[in-house]
Amino acid sequence: MERSVHDRGGWPDDAPIDRSEHELADWELLIDALVGALGGHRLMNVDELRRGIESMPPDQYERASYYERWLFSIEANMTEKGVLAPGELDTRIGG
Amino acid sequence: MTYHPGQRVRVADRAHDGHHRTPGYVKGKTGTVERAYASFTNPETRAYGDDGLPQQPLYLVGFAQRDVWPDYPGASRDRIYLDLFEHWLEDAE
Amino acid sequence: MSEHEHDHPHDPIGNGDEPPAAARARALELLLIEKGAISRDDVRKRIDWLVSRSPADGARLVARAWVDRDFRQRLLSDARSAALELGLDPGPSPVVVAVENTDDVHHMVVCTLCSCYPRALLGPPPAWYKSLPYRSRAVSDPRGVLDEFGVELGDDVELRVLDSTADIRYLVMPRRPAGTEGMSEDELAALITRDSMIGVAQPAAPAPIG
Repeated sequence: MERSVHDRGGWPDDAPIDRSEHELADWELLIDALVGALGGHRLMNVDELRRGIESMPPDQYERASYYERWLFSIEANMTEKGVLAPGELDTRIGG
Repeated sequence: MTYHPGQRVRVADRAHDGHHRTPGYVKGKTGTVERAYASFTNPETRAYGDDGLPQQPLYLVGFAQRDVWPDYPGASRDRIYLDLFEHWLEDAE
Repeated sequence: MSEHEHDHPHDPIGNGDEPPAAARARALELLLIEKGAISRDDVRKRIDWLVSRSPADGARLVARAWVDRDFRQRLLSDARSAALELGLDPGPSPVVVAVENTDDVHHMVVCTLCSCYPRALLGPPPAWYKSLPYRSRAVSDPRGVLDEFGVELGDDVELRVLDSTADIRYLVMPRRPAGTEGMSEDELAALITRDSMIGVAQPAAPAPIG
C-alpha cells in the first residue's frame, strides 16, 4: 500500500541522525506563534495544519525544513479559507 | 468504549484517502489494547473544517515489534505502542 | 546598527543569514494583522509562552516522583493534576501521560507522522526529534537509534517505543541513578535531562564526591 510522504515510520532512511542543537530562529518562533494565534481565533486548527503540511508535493516536503512546512500549510489554509487572496503573499514580498 | 485493556485487536488495513493518524506500518497488524483513553475529536473530519464531532474513543495499543517488522533487529520482547482511534480497530480474538 | 546619512527606514525584512522563509513569515504576519485575523499582541504572547517553556519543568516532576512515592503514583495516574501541584499547568489538551522506566522496561518516544511532543513540560522539541531519520528509525530500529545516542540496553530490558499519533503526549520518567541517595530535589532535577525524558538518554550521573 502506497504511503504518504509524511508517514515516515519505517521509511528506508540510512541518514545518520544529526544531533546538533539549534535554538529556534526568530522567524521560526514567529511561525509557531502564528499557528497558535490562528488557532486561538478559530481560523485554523492543528488537524488542518497537519493536513496542509501533508498536501505538500513529496519532494518539496522532504527538502523543506520543519517550519518551512508549517509556513506552507498556513498559506495553503489561509488561501483556501479566503483570508488571503491567491498569490497575495507573493505580491506583498514582491516576488 | 468497545475494547478493553488486554483485548487483542487488529488494525484495519485500508488506504484512507485524506488526513488520518494511523501510520501505514501498523495497518493490518494485530496487537493488544494497553489502555482505553477518553474520546477525542476526529482528526479525519476536523482537518477539513468540520468540528470533529462526535468524539471518537482512543486506545493505546501495543504490538510486539517482531509482529510489525519482518526483520526487526532488536530484542524479542521489544514492543511498540500507538494511540489509535476505535474506528481503525477490529476485534482479533 | 551603523550610522546612515540618508533617512529612509531600514528594510525590516532583509537579513543575509536567513532563508527566504523568514521574509515570507514576516510578510505573512503583517498581512494577517492588517486583515484583522490576528493581532501583534496575540503573536507576542505566544512567543513569550514558547520561549518560557523548558525541560526544567518536566525535570521537577520527575525529581518529585523520585523522592515521593505517592506523588509518583499521582504523576502516573494523572500527570496534569500532579503538575498543577507543583504550579505547572500543561493544559487540558493535548493530554500529558507519564510513563515510567524500570529495571526491566525502557520507554522511547517519537512522532512518526509529524513532531508531537510534550512542549508544555519540555519546551520545543530538538531538531533531531523532528528529523526524517529519527521519525523513520525510532520505530523500526530503536536499539540502533539508542546506539547512535550512546545508550546501551541489555536484551533483557524490554524497549517500548511510543508513537504519539493522537492527542496524548508522553513524558518518560527515567530511572533514578545509583549514588543519588540524600540528594535534594533540586540536585536530582539537575540530573534529569531533556533527552532522558524523551527516552534517548539516561539521566546524568551524580558528580563524584571529592
